[in-house]
Amino acid sequence: MKRIAVPGRASPPPPAAEPGVWRRLGRSPAARISLAVIVFYLLLAAWGCSGWELPDWRTVNYARAYQGPSPAHPFGTDIHGRDVLAKTVIGARTALTVAFLASVLAVAIGLILGLLAGYLGGAVDGIITWVYSTLESVPYYLLILAFAFVLQDRSINLWGMEFRLEGINAVYLALGLTGWVGLCRLIRGEVIKRREGEYVLAARSLGASPLRVMFRHLAPNVLHVVIVTFTLGFVSYIHAEVVLSFLGLGAKEVPSWGVMIDESKLELARGVWWQLLAASLAIFGISLALHVFGDALRDALDPRTRGTKR
Amino acid sequence: MRRFLVKRLLYCIPVLFGISLLTFLLFRVVGGDPVDRLAGKYARAEQKEQLREQLGFNLPLWPRPELLLAGDLGNFADNQLFHHLFDTFTFRFGRSQQYHRRISAMILSGLVPSLSLTLPAFLLGLFLQTALALLSASRRGSRFDRLLTLACLVGMSFPFLALIIFGQSLLAGRFGWFPILGFPEKFGLGVLTHTALPVLLGLVAGLGGGVRFYRTILIEEAESDYVRTARAKGLKESRVLFGHVLKNAMIPIITRTVVVIPFLFLGSLLLERFFSIPGLGYMLVDAVNSSDWPVINALTFVGAVFYLGAVVLTDVLYALVDPRVSLK
Repeated sequence: MKRIAVPGRASPPPPAAEPGVWRRLGRSPAARISLAVIVFYLLLAAWGCSGWELPDWRTVNYARAYQGPSPAHPFGTDIHGRDVLAKTVIGARTALTVAFLASVLAVAIGLILGLLAGYLGGAVDGIITWVYSTLESVPYYLLILAFAFVLQDRSINLWGMEFRLEGINAVYLALGLTGWVGLCRLIRGEVIKRREGEYVLAARSLGASPLRVMFRHLAPNVLHVVIVTFTLGFVSYIHAEVVLSFLGLGAKEVPSWGVMIDESKLELARGVWWQLLAASLAIFGISLALHVFGDALRDALDPRTRGTKR
Repeated sequence: MRRFLVKRLLYCIPVLFGISLLTFLLFRVVGGDPVDRLAGKYARAEQKEQLREQLGFNLPLWPRPELLLAGDLGNFADNQLFHHLFDTFTFRFGRSQQYHRRISAMILSGLVPSLSLTLPAFLLGLFLQTALALLSASRRGSRFDRLLTLACLVGMSFPFLALIIFGQSLLAGRFGWFPILGFPEKFGLGVLTHTALPVLLGLVAGLGGGVRFYRTILIEEAESDYVRTARAKGLKESRVLFGHVLKNAMIPIITRTVVVIPFLFLGSLLLERFFSIPGLGYMLVDAVNSSDWPVINALTFVGAVFYLGAVVLTDVLYALVDPRVSLK
């Protein structure tokens, strides 16, 4: 098909690309600091323990079990003499991987279904609304527990390839398959508001297919909803991973903040507090940064709160 | 009113159908045949077959349309899907794999401990959250407001698990102010002492998100024109706040409040776990730990029923607080 210059290209640029957004975001010191913290966690998760003065988290040394914080082990050691700081760093990798994959999955499902439901309407809308109303009516933690429970240790056969859902694989699938509901509802509402807009009509009258209208013209215009949901969803996935791992439905062979907290439950009685402290601080830092950054992002992107001081 | 209620209740039917379909997909299709796991390594083949028959896993999953065409209705209806739908809609959840008790009886006996934990936490939380939000919103931009906003963010970011462990070991373990865990056999004054600490911890954990939410709503209301008019008329600030702002903020407050009611019935997963309170949250964690899928299945469905009930209640309450909404 010949590509024609669709006026939609020249349509109002998506809010995320507005030059003012990043400037507004950069003006707030809270946003800058929280972004720096998030980037720090991401680097930590990507880098892991290699390359700096940190012992491998797998190094077991029973002679050094339950040692308090010291220069060699800033957050002490656990029951097997493993370095708690190293476990916390790898725990960041676990948590961020789960949260990232769950967010990507949830955003993909939510965006596609929301666009379809909002733009096509009719029976498609009816079915999609029914599916998300159903998922929505199960209390959230009950739903993710049920999904994670069913998916854990299950093997699935996709086109002749055998996948075994172990550990965090089941967790991010469970979180992603249940987490799209809120975004889908928001996108559907936004699309219904915009589908009669002039740029949509222009694109349609030039012969753009429904798919093209949805993904080329409508999707960029609802991107701000996606970005904010992504940021704030990230926090809830991190917390959900911690709870699922704590309950034994999550990470098995890799360190996870949830497993660390589970272990610290018994350690506390014998005065070993550093593992709990390390895991809590790690969760606290990334959640606070994401909350602050999410707020700043919403303020910068949402035209309604623009100009009003919160 | 009656017509409205009937209509709202009819809306629930497709969703309930969806839930039972979802639990079927989860626990029968994706979850697969649990018999090998349940029977253990040393079970004989006929024992396994017997168990499979008892749980209905010997039947075909889906109805076969060719049987319907052949007019064989009895065999057409005899499949796992139809049995599952029928059982969930009649609240027949069978027995727990672990305790061999009837699940419906287990749920009923778990309600009281769950509610005696969550109801006080909910009511106190609602009161505290709205009060703090009102205070904060009425002094917007003051030092108190900014400090509270920061405290809310900090509270929201702190992991609940760590808060529970910390509170339990410090306040109950080290200081001995509260019993460490447990729940009295007989319902009485002992309930109060045993739920005091979990209620307190639940309260602290919910405070941040709650205050922030109500504050945003109240500020949005406080910026509208009718509030300026009320002030211009010379009304006292307290009158403006309670007579105008709070009254108009009722709709979003109700929306948030009523929707958490089903969670009250289900109890608090983690609090009940740590404090050994034999409620539904404890039951759920216990079922997950011992792969007791009928219990998880039942709780999922019952949780959804509670939720739908709360949604209908929300709509009725809207009409009661807002004269613009009428029940048609």
